[in-house]
Amino acid sequence: MTEQTLMSESNPIENLAPLTEVCNITKRFPGVIALNDVSVQFYPGEVHAVVGENGAGKSTLMKIMSGAYIPDSGEIFFDGKKVSFTHPKEAQEAGISIIYQEFNLLPERSVAQNIFLGRESSRFGVIDIGEMNKQAQEVLKEIGVEKMISPTALASTLSVAEQQLVEIAKAISFKAKVLIMDEPTAALTYTEVKLLADLIQRLKSRGMAIIFISHRLIEVFDIAEKITVLKDGQLVQTVQKEDVTPADVVFLMVGRTLDHYFPPLGKPEEFGEVVLRVKDASNQSLNGISFELRKGEVLGVAGLQGSGRTELAQALFGVAPFKSGSMELHGKAIAIKSPFKAIKNKMGFVTEDRKSEGIAPRQPIRDNMLMTVRAIQSLFGIVHKDGIGKSRNLVPMLGKQVDIRTDSFDREAQYLSGGNQQKVVLAKWLASDANIFIFDEPTRGIDVESKASIHDMIRDLTKKGIAVLMISSELPEIVGMSDRILVMWDMQVAGELPAKSSEPEIMLMATGHTIKDREKNTPASGKA
Amino acid sequence: MTTATASGNEFRRILRTIHIPPVFYFLILVFLAGGLLDRAFADGQIFSNPAIMLNIIVRSVALGIVAVGQSLVITGASIDLSVAYTISITAVMSSYLMQGKTENVPMAILVVFSIGAFIGLVNGLTVTKLHVNPFIATLGTSLIIKGIINATFSNYTGSVPESFEYFGYGTLGPIPVSILILFLIVLAGWFLLARTKFGFHLYGVGGNSEVARLSGVRTDRVLIGAHILCSMTAILAGLFLVSQMRSGAPWVGPNGVYDLNSIATAVIGGTALAGGKGGVFGTLGGVLIFGVLETVFNQLGVNPYLKTVLQGAIIILAVASYTIRSKKDAA
Repeated sequence: MTEQTLMSESNPIENLAPLTEVCNITKRFPGVIALNDVSVQFYPGEVHAVVGENGAGKSTLMKIMSGAYIPDSGEIFFDGKKVSFTHPKEAQEAGISIIYQEFNLLPERSVAQNIFLGRESSRFGVIDIGEMNKQAQEVLKEIGVEKMISPTALASTLSVAEQQLVEIAKAISFKAKVLIMDEPTAALTYTEVKLLADLIQRLKSRGMAIIFISHRLIEVFDIAEKITVLKDGQLVQTVQKEDVTPADVVFLMVGRTLDHYFPPLGKPEEFGEVVLRVKDASNQSLNGISFELRKGEVLGVAGLQGSGRTELAQALFGVAPFKSGSMELHGKAIAIKSPFKAIKNKMGFVTEDRKSEGIAPRQPIRDNMLMTVRAIQSLFGIVHKDGIGKSRNLVPMLGKQVDIRTDSFDREAQYLSGGNQQKVVLAKWLASDANIFIFDEPTRGIDVESKASIHDMIRDLTKKGIAVLMISSELPEIVGMSDRILVMWDMQVAGELPAKSSEPEIMLMATGHTIKDREKNTPASGKA
Repeated sequence: MTTATASGNEFRRILRTIHIPPVFYFLILVFLAGGLLDRAFADGQIFSNPAIMLNIIVRSVALGIVAVGQSLVITGASIDLSVAYTISITAVMSSYLMQGKTENVPMAILVVFSIGAFIGLVNGLTVTKLHVNPFIATLGTSLIIKGIINATFSNYTGSVPESFEYFGYGTLGPIPVSILILFLIVLAGWFLLARTKFGFHLYGVGGNSEVARLSGVRTDRVLIGAHILCSMTAILAGLFLVSQMRSGAPWVGPNGVYDLNSIATAVIGGTALAGGKGGVFGTLGGVLIFGVLETVFNQLGVNPYLKTVLQGAIIILAVASYTIRSKKDAA
């Protein structure tokens, strides 16, 4: 009851004075403009969602507001006053708290110890633990989770959702007026999301401004009142929820023209037999995955962050193998329990994170290229400088094939550009004679020219009869390259779309707007 | 009736909060096994003679004191390899300065503690400000101290006055003074970690330095403080050893393998080498295991090298049992 009166009272006022405001913010990183002249106002008692594709600039904007980044130009106002934060601590003290996507709790410390870390009240340095637990209890009570979470529980014993709630409690204990949540629901289950949504409503009713970044449009429409859409570092529009449909927002997010040339798609008659068939396979993260991959085709895998794209690649390649279901390779049942076995069976995996998984940065280019062939050769096989066994000149051959621009193959791989590093990774798998290639974000963070040549190379692979599974978060790349499109959502395959499906079609499926999920969500949202 | 159940709950709650570090089960196991072997193959004094029990603890005093300091730096995700030579420099310097005269004792103590503070400060600054890996940073300090000692002292140097031997040999009633000092240090270490801001921040720095920094912890200061305290414990251990030996020898630190043994006992006691987890009671358990082993082997008259082999096996066994258990918890 009190909540309602508060809200109706604050509504007319809040439209007058924003609690915090960013004006004409620009932030450049080497090679890209992450934010270009962006202005947004955030009002008290309002949940404001910020949406956009990967790389649209959402996280950069939030990091600027919370003092983690300093903008190149533009101003931030808080409570009507101009502020400039140089350290997250200053933003916290002013009343802006941020909850990052990755968790920031100390696993081996208690809830209370985590909440008050760095701000413990003490007498001559001595802490009254009972008092501290009592204060933590009060903070937990403030957000209504005191029955769920004990102040003395170790953070590592809590579920992901409970940890998220502790982070919120920590943010609240700073007496925050603005709470920024970066993808708070990415790791939560449906009921946990409901819990979080209720909490957000309560915080809102106390006059806090909540900024909510999410990829899941369903939740955005459930929770937020205003939606700001960013695209390629620019502000597209700030809209009221009532004025738009999810499809409109998706169009605002991806509405663009294709500005990049892709090689022509494969012809259906060129696709051969099924080389890889996965049926109802699951592991600790993935759930009931089924699909087929044919010789000579590019199967694009689309999906948002946390939808299970990378997990799928890792399961196929034996990094985190499937635990149930069946997998067939060239018609024969197989269980791939390790990357070694995957490589033996002529699979190649070009990983998403080049730096940590793809290349050995301090090894010369030649050794990087030969890594897989050396791994699968016999233990006492002969090693040459540029090859193994009978193929003595693999390195120059591969170098030519993938068109690496370097003066010497002795150069350490870390000194190559991102595009050339990716070509080294590619060469490594070409050397292994793989006939199934998994690409995870093949062109993330590399220049346009290398991008085009990698796309050409992927297409050339399929012409040689190689089957390609290409995971990408860049929709133009999915649309431009895929002969079929598999869309992932919530650790499952949400559905399959034909070649040349439109970006909004893919995005809708990837945000959970399928018929199946509508049914699942209706009763719950009816209650709310 | 309600009060009875309430106090019962309270009791259970207290039991849950005072959880016994698992290392003490190991300790009991080692003690029982050692005692039984002693009874079967030697005179059975371990079970029958309480003086032997005290002796086990007295043997552990020097290692115990350093291991408390080592536990602090390891909790902060650092390490200190310079404690052995810090002990040596304390032993030779203090006995050199005392020259057998009681009136020189306060001055000597002041000097060696200043040296300790300086060593700890250098270690802490190298680790935090120069960003040198703590293993290398303290190995470097260790070599520097070793060089200085070897260039200056080659044999027993000076002597301590009889009054100072009270530290090593005196008793308070039936209990040796050294044991009381060990327990005081352990208690102080526990209080520091479990009840003070410094301790809470140290867990933060060790658990995740970036999280601690963003939460407003002055991470560098905390870690430098831990290094200074650790060097101080090495100084105290050195003073204890010299009071027992009556004259300082430069080899006392490295001969006792105080650097690696203090790390090993801390880790056996449950302090995570990666930092952010652990406590000094566990460390005490680890130290006592080493003490029991030593006594058992002396009793049985076994080859001392076999003792080292067994120590190694116990370190591996203890730490492996922690990881296996934590994996089961996670699954």
